[in-house]
Amino acid sequence: MSFLEILYFLIPAAIAYAAPLIVTAIGGVFSERSGVVNIGLEGLMVMGAFIGILFNLTFVNVFGESTEWIALLAAMVVAALFSLLHAVASVSFRADQVVSGVAINLLAVALCLFLVKMIYDKGQTDFVQERFLRDDIPFLKDIPILGPMFFQNVYWTSVLAIGIAILAWVVLYYTPFGLRLRAVGEHPMAADTMGINVTRMRYIAVMISGGLAGIGGAIYSQSISLDFGHSTINGQGFMALAAMIFGKWHPLGAMGAAVFFGFAQALSIVGGSLPYISEIPSVFLLILPYVLTILALAGFIGKANAPKALGTPYIKGNR
Amino acid sequence: MSNRLVNILVPGVSVILGLLVGAVVMMVSGYDPVEGYIALWNGIFGDAYTIGETIRQITPYILAGLAVAFAFRTGLFNIGVEGQLIVGWFAAAYVGITFDELPKMIHLPLAIIAAALAGALWGFIPGLLKAKFKVHEVIVTIMMNYIALHTSNALIRAVSDGGDNTGGINPTASLRSEFLENMTDFSRLHYGILIALAMVLVMWLILEKTTRGFELKAVGLNQHASEYAGMNVNKNIILAMVISGAFAGLAGAMEALGTFGYASVKGGFTGIGFDGIAVALLGANTPLGVIFGATLFGSLKYGATNMPNEAGIPEEIVSIIIAIIIFFVASGYVIRLLLERFSKKKEAK
Repeated sequence: MSFLEILYFLIPAAIAYAAPLIVTAIGGVFSERSGVVNIGLEGLMVMGAFIGILFNLTFVNVFGESTEWIALLAAMVVAALFSLLHAVASVSFRADQVVSGVAINLLAVALCLFLVKMIYDKGQTDFVQERFLRDDIPFLKDIPILGPMFFQNVYWTSVLAIGIAILAWVVLYYTPFGLRLRAVGEHPMAADTMGINVTRMRYIAVMISGGLAGIGGAIYSQSISLDFGHSTINGQGFMALAAMIFGKWHPLGAMGAAVFFGFAQALSIVGGSLPYISEIPSVFLLILPYVLTILALAGFIGKANAPKALGTPYIKGNR
Repeated sequence: MSNRLVNILVPGVSVILGLLVGAVVMMVSGYDPVEGYIALWNGIFGDAYTIGETIRQITPYILAGLAVAFAFRTGLFNIGVEGQLIVGWFAAAYVGITFDELPKMIHLPLAIIAAALAGALWGFIPGLLKAKFKVHEVIVTIMMNYIALHTSNALIRAVSDGGDNTGGINPTASLRSEFLENMTDFSRLHYGILIALAMVLVMWLILEKTTRGFELKAVGLNQHASEYAGMNVNKNIILAMVISGAFAGLAGAMEALGTFGYASVKGGFTGIGFDGIAVALLGANTPLGVIFGATLFGSLKYGATNMPNEAGIPEEIVSIIIAIIIFFVASGYVIRLLLERFSKKKEAK
């Protein structure tokens, strides 16, 4: 296998694994930029993955070939509503945001498995019939070298993920809404003085993160796992969290980090069939994203600065 | 209303609300909540065997709860209990299978200490990063969880020549107790519960009776004040994470040397470490409170396994209830507010 062939094989796999991470990490960027820690990304992804599969299995006869896309929307809506719990606890009830996030994670897994057992009477669902399929992107696929690397055999969801990342970047940095959202996360009192409704902004941000994590979960379950069980998501949400931090709370940075982590995941899964890479014990590839995140935080790979007001509830009148 | 009473009322109210929400969930899903809770009760106290198993389940919960609570008391949030538990589990099992000529008097303590040291090491890293580079311990400990999971899986495969199980530990390293087993109709109850209770005492002694404990708490309450008072903040942060990690490692030893007698490759987390957060919160981060929290959650978790058989209800209902309880305890501010309003109205009358 030549080096180029390896790249043709690896890069599409990496991008496929990266798509759910990108979308979820962008969700994390919204929440944390507004000052609300979101450890609950994992749970929100679980919810999205479950709703995606549930919707897909239930309505496949109604919507036919477009089922998986509508399931994506359903997952987004339900996960956004589910994230309201986190918003209420951490914004209105002034709960410890990390604790609330942990509760979201526990609740999502428990609730989804409870429903799986109730509806299907077994530990995991059946496999879905309508799934996201790989496709060639017209015109771009004919570019030499880059074509087969990036534009052949890709999921449209990967394109969606990259689109969401770019859109998030524009929204956060080039619109009044984005400026307000970041202001609320850096200095809520100043933002409040300027007439921005801190509570409302944070609710919106948390719900955006819920919706995006829901999409991320549904992409994962409908293109990679194809069913839902207790270990479907298994850390994808935390890896998205890691990507967000590694990307320094910036949408494009988070996207880059997510692609890199997707690459590491792809390597650990398909690497066994590749020369050289098969000689690296897979454990090193498995722990790579987490080790890199710790190194990034420790400042070995540039300084990562969190939003100033991250994790602190805003109490009017407090200095 | 006195502060002390409110401190007890908030967890109490949260538990009751959690159980109520659980009942509503069961009702909405078409199950009978009364039948469900009876099955849960029988699953906890049904007979000598179930009581023995319940206490066995409580054992690691106490230690995991202590680990989270100790860190909380020193101003740190240790979400990494899960990972520290997993490395402790492997370390204890490894020592348990490796030595076979040692007398029990040496082998068993050695295996237990190995687990504590492994957990302590896993806590040391986030502690060091927090002290030296001001890195928030929450993210690092989450990442350490996954590193622990994958690393211990790889080590188990290496030890067992590619298998997924270390094989049974030698009896000289086992915590199993014929006496306790006979008493509880051959449940897997083991001597670990005594270690767990001893550690509750140790945590209390460290925090309340030693100068070091005073410093640890002081650093947790106000770093700057502690520094002005001449305390070494960095050293105390690292020490707090090391002690917390050691408690978590011991929880792993309970599983390795008591309940299972081996370590096996895991597809995901045990969940004990995360439930430890719930235990500590419910117990208000006090040693005595942790016993209550662990008893409640350990019992619920074990009793739940009886629910599918007896009432046909998925056991995940209990995890839902635990998550809801965490929400309510975390949102204690609102419960406090309601309690205060309630008592003021009474006084007005």
